[in-house]
Order: sequence, then structure tokens, then C-alpha cells
Amino acid sequence: MFAEILVAALLVISGVFALVGSYGLIKLPDLMTRLHAPTKASTLGVGGALIASMLHAIVWRNEVSWHELLITLFLFLTAPITANFIAKAHMADKLKSGDLPPTGTDRDWATLDLSEEPVQPVMTPPGQPGRPS
Amino acid sequence: MLRKFLPHPGLSALLILTWLLLVNDFKWGSLVFAAILSVAIPLLTAPYWPDRPMVKNWLAAAEFMLIVIYDIVKSNITVALIVLFKPKSQIQPLWVTVPLDLRTPEAITVLAGTITMTPGTVTADMSADGRALLVHCLDATDADAIRDDIKSRYETRLMRIFE
Amino acid sequence: MIAAALTFAFACYGIGVLICLWRVIFAPSIPDRVLALDTMVVNMIALIVIYGISIGTGLYFEAAMLFAMTGFVSSVAYAKFILRGDIIE
Repeated sequence: MFAEILVAALLVISGVFALVGSYGLIKLPDLMTRLHAPTKASTLGVGGALIASMLHAIVWRNEVSWHELLITLFLFLTAPITANFIAKAHMADKLKSGDLPPTGTDRDWATLDLSEEPVQPVMTPPGQPGRPS
Repeated sequence: MLRKFLPHPGLSALLILTWLLLVNDFKWGSLVFAAILSVAIPLLTAPYWPDRPMVKNWLAAAEFMLIVIYDIVKSNITVALIVLFKPKSQIQPLWVTVPLDLRTPEAITVLAGTITMTPGTVTADMSADGRALLVHCLDATDADAIRDDIKSRYETRLMRIFE
Repeated sequence: MIAAALTFAFACYGIGVLICLWRVIFAPSIPDRVLALDTMVVNMIALIVIYGISIGTGLYFEAAMLFAMTGFVSSVAYAKFILRGDIIE
């Protein structure tokens, strides 16, 4: 009974958050703000559905299912990368240096940086143990 | 010798775990196959990945994970309320520059990913010399408060984990 | 009770997918289309998982996993193509 309430609640919560995430996609005014909506759908939305599925498998089918954790982890790892790439595409397309705050360092933001010097990968200080060059 | 056959011990352990999760059942046969894969894949991909992410403090890493999960749930609700009930004209997006004290690429990647996963903030770019992150906020007015929050809540903890 | 919750979740995710589809078709810019496609993939993954719960089998997880992987790769490839006009540099 308790498990039933828990699974049902998780399903409803995940549905509501996914719907709000998709609604944000049409409501919010520009691309950068719209980018905030899917992170909601993919964290609490899919996360809730996957935990509900795990609980359901344990209680009703008497088997422990670990697949769901894998999908959740994969989504948590990949969602920021996709968001970052879309933001970069948008910046290269629409924004100029003047629209953004200053970096506070010598160089401009990496997407807008037009100088010939390559974009620096963050260098490890030399002589640190455990890092072969 | 060990270094030559196991260039990334952490990656090998992760591969064994992932394979067992994919099989979704514990069998000795799949453990053997996972062990073979966990030696072969790091050896084949080692040329593309010379560095090795070093987690120095596993306790701090666990604490960081719990904090991030709590923040995700909390800010999810805040952002859902903004999306649902705040009129379009009152939403004030804001760009924030976060100067970085972290230097290792792995730590900066984790920080950027964490900022994106907590709804309400998205990491958009990094400065070309890798010393500042560009963060976009959905609805905020005080850039300094957000910068200090990110630095004190996430960056100092990552500092303890990785450096 | 679970049946009702499942129906509710199906409806939510279904409407979510339709909204994303609308965004893909009528988008103000191309990065917007990529974003809508990416959100659609996330919704579809949840839809597959919920379908797995409703018919009581774990068979659909491979499908959801593959969907997550191909969705991620295709979103990044699209965004990279817009960014540089090339995918593999």
C-alpha cells in the first residue's frame, strides 16, 4: 500500500515537471531562457519516472532492476553537454561581445574569441604527481 | 608494469560496474567478460586521454553529490513556479561571470555540469584562457550574490575533492 | 491508483512531446529546433519507461538506453554543425 502511494506520487510528480519543462519551451521569451526548461524535464521528470520504475520492479515483479540507475546517470552526464553546445551555437549565431559581461581576464569568451592564439586548454601546473605529460 | 596494463584503474572499475549494471544480474561469466573489457578499453583509448582525474577525497565527493541532488530538487520547484506563474515581461534574465580558482580540466567540467544541472542557471561558455565561466540565470537581479553562491557552495567543495 | 497515475503521466508526457513537436516546426531559430528535439528525446525516454511499467516488463530498457545515447549524439552533432559547419574536425 505504501509502495503503491509512493510509486503513484513519483509518477505524478515526474509528469508534472516534464509538462512544465515542455511548457517553458513555448512560454519563455528567448533561446537562452528556454534552455533552462529541458534541464528540469531531464532531472526531476525522467528521474522520477525511473525511480518509480525501479520501485515497481522490486515490489510487484520481485526482481531488482539496476538499468534505470544507468539511464539516470547517463542523462545527468550528457544533459549539461548538450545544453552547453546549444548555448555556444546560439552565441556564435546571435550574440556579440558587447551583449555579454566582461570576462575579467585578458581574453574574450571562447566562442567569440577571434584572436589567432589557440583557445587555451586549462594547463596543469608542471611537476604535479600522477600526471604524466 | 601495472601502469602499462591499467592506465586508468578508476575507469576500469567503472567499466566493470557499468557492464554488470547493463547485464542487470550477477553472473561469474559476465564478471569475467567485464574484466576483459575493463582492461581492453582503457588500453585502446589511453592515447586520447593522457591525464587521469584524481579524486583525492571520496567523503567530500559523496557530500558534494548529496548537496547537488538537494539543490536540484529545490531549484526545480523554484524554476517550475517561475515558468508557470511569472508573466513573461517580469522575467529578468541575467549574465554572470564566475572567475575560476579551479585549474584542473576535470574539476572545471564537473563545476560547469553542476551549474547547468541545477535549473535556473546554465553554463554557456568559458573564457579563452580558461579562467572564467559565463553563466546565464533565468530570473535574477543580483549577479554578485549568484557568483558568491556558486563559488562558496560548489567551487570550494570541488577544490577539496580534486586539488 | 497506479493505473490512474500512469494515465496521468502518459498524458503529461504526450502533451510534452506534442509541444516540442510544435516548437520543432515553428521555431524562431535553428538552435531552438535542436533544443526542442533534445527535449523531445528526453520526454520519449520517460514515455518508454512508463510504458514498461504499465505492461509490467523490463524489456524496454534497452530501447530507452539506446534512445538516450543516440539522442545525445545527434543533438551534439546538430549543434556542432551549426557552430562550425562541420562535425568531425
